[in-house]
Amino acid sequence: MGLRSIPGEHGNVNTVFAILYAVATVVLVAGLGFKIAQYARTPAPLKIPTTPAPLTPAGAAFRVAREVVVFESLFKANKALWIFAALFHFGLFVVLARHVRYFQEPVNVVIQLVQPFGLYAGLAMMAGLGLLLLRRIVVPRIAYITGPSDILMLLLLLGIGASGLAMKGAVHTDIVAVKAFFLGLMAFEIRALPAEPPLLVHLALVAVLMIVFPFSKLLHVPGVFFSPTRNQCDNPREKRHLAPWAAKLEAGGN
Amino acid sequence: MAAFETPVLGNVEERPIPALVPNATNDLKCFVAAPAHQEALGFPGELVPDWQAKAKARMGDLLSKYRSLQVFMDSCVKCGACTDKCHYFIGTGDPKNMPVARQDLFRSVYRKWFTPAGKMVPGLVGAKEFTRDLLDDWYNYFHQCSQCRRCSLYCPYGIDTAEVSMAAREIMDSIGLGQKYCNEIIGKVHRIGNNLGLPGPALEDTLLGLEEDMQAETGLDIKIPIDVEGAEVLLVTPSADFFAEPHVLGLMGYAKVFHAAGISWTVSTKASEAGNFGMFIGNYDQLRKIAGRVRTAAQELKVKRLVFGECGHAWRVAYSFLNTVAGPWDFLDPRYPVPQHILEFTYNLIKDKAIRLDKSANAGKILTVHDSCNIARGSRMGDFPGGQFHIPREVIKAAVPTFVDMHKDTICEKTFCCGGGGGLLTDELLEIRVKGARPRMEALKQVVDDHKVTHMASMCAICKAQFTKVLPAYGFDREMVVSVHQLVGDALLLGNND
Repeated sequence: MGLRSIPGEHGNVNTVFAILYAVATVVLVAGLGFKIAQYARTPAPLKIPTTPAPLTPAGAAFRVAREVVVFESLFKANKALWIFAALFHFGLFVVLARHVRYFQEPVNVVIQLVQPFGLYAGLAMMAGLGLLLLRRIVVPRIAYITGPSDILMLLLLLGIGASGLAMKGAVHTDIVAVKAFFLGLMAFEIRALPAEPPLLVHLALVAVLMIVFPFSKLLHVPGVFFSPTRNQCDNPREKRHLAPWAAKLEAGGN
Repeated sequence: MAAFETPVLGNVEERPIPALVPNATNDLKCFVAAPAHQEALGFPGELVPDWQAKAKARMGDLLSKYRSLQVFMDSCVKCGACTDKCHYFIGTGDPKNMPVARQDLFRSVYRKWFTPAGKMVPGLVGAKEFTRDLLDDWYNYFHQCSQCRRCSLYCPYGIDTAEVSMAAREIMDSIGLGQKYCNEIIGKVHRIGNNLGLPGPALEDTLLGLEEDMQAETGLDIKIPIDVEGAEVLLVTPSADFFAEPHVLGLMGYAKVFHAAGISWTVSTKASEAGNFGMFIGNYDQLRKIAGRVRTAAQELKVKRLVFGECGHAWRVAYSFLNTVAGPWDFLDPRYPVPQHILEFTYNLIKDKAIRLDKSANAGKILTVHDSCNIARGSRMGDFPGGQFHIPREVIKAAVPTFVDMHKDTICEKTFCCGGGGGLLTDELLEIRVKGARPRMEALKQVVDDHKVTHMASMCAICKAQFTKVLPAYGFDREMVVSVHQLVGDALLLGNND
């Protein structure tokens, strides 16, 4: 960890991280925006909900919500995997909620209430990630379908979690300064960042995650909302469904 | 074809997951379509010289036209929830028959051509050049998918391998590498009118023969009307119903139901096929052209209602796609759903007491039912979700004294494909068909052993043909599989129609 060993270079560290986060934010927002626009723009020419499916759009929205919140299909598929995935995702959700305090002043009351659960959520997240990694190695079927990027993604998340927990448990960071840095960044101002290795590792890995997000399997986050087998309702006899390109084909008399 | 071993049936309760057997079915290759079959559908006769460039263009086109394909390519996290769900994997252990691995044959090329990560760091994200070897894998393994959607039920993102295999087949057709079975059959539909290539006069003869059989059996003048203008109902049924067993017994069952209910009906020589293999090959134009015959027939015969016979994928196309590709159907009687399934039709008649059934006619039979995959997960019957499970069971229970369901993980939405769907019902694929039938056979064996089940009812022409062929491989009688309407026809009280 060479950054701390360069006295007087903190100004550079601040600038580097400010630029890194500006770039990461632009890549994340633009990349995800592009993919979401692409999914929204691409028509679904046929009604293909996996049946039995809800009969109304509201019912289909509720089905998607169940997939997003409680991983309904995964629960049907594999109970152990569901537990591992739930540990990770719910842990991450609470941890992310807890981190909102670094971007808000004053801090929202809900975010304040979440604070005491951060450590447990962080541990749950790490346990989930560890178990997910373990099954990629020991279950032959899962090892077969696992590529380097799948392992790297887990390691990246484990690194983020480990560096974060290190600050929570062992090497405390000046979080007031961290908050000042991010509030500054949101006002396009570069402020001082505590130049401590766990923090810098944590922030660097998070920036990497933000940058790879729109180019990786993390696209399952927007993807789940656009999946026709889940978000379509079952009413093809009652309501005619026609994609614009198919309507054009029809109008062309082909 | 090389001899192969029929899988030993395990205990359905234990749900055994096979060990990986790499390349177990790598050599199972269905016949490639001849130039004549290809060109009849507007596809190149044989693999074009610049097939990679053509494939890339077609893939890009499909990605821009099908949200399913675009979203499914990006969303998979390789969680493996699907890995033990495919009947072909369970039957063969070939890892490329795990749904995610099957999709990855396609996804690896997608990543190489259409994603920044695949272009920059291909090794990291599994992006691959579309080599001839990979194309061969596409051909083999996308024809070892019956598009049954069981994987999509369990996927946390609803990724449906059927959509991917349809897209892959469409791309292969567009570069001149089509499958003989599907493409030859589609040619027959356009040329002759049905998948079996039964011309109009032969069909008329066949139906006359069936009418004579029913006359001999019942003493009644039960008709199977053909091309009757002004009939109330146009019945569109898979052409196997016209002569294959047990299909034809189901057709006679429909005829008896129409007779007993006193509803005029007709089949059509123009639409003498309910099946629509345009779906299997993922080609929207073919899907539309084949469905268009039904529309034309309904208009020419001036019918008021449209009813489909027992067929799985045909019902998916009819229920889910017909309104899209051949609608609107505003010229038919708006009081009835368009189209209706023959089981909905019969169920309503039973419920309204417009027909009566006597279970004792089927005394001694103990029935179970095979939910066809395309009906279970790609369509519906009736007016509530899951009607496609309720209605066939109610009709069967009305017709037989004893009914037993198979293991809960193998029925309703969790049903296994028969092993012959999706364009795989061809002799050169018999090995994969027998092996793919394993999970269904295990569940059947359990109810045969524990509940003395004698027959398995089926509501799909492909399932019926497939089971007739594979049941003996597992030591069952081929006549165990029966049409639902065969049971109905046998139990129906005829001649006292008030």
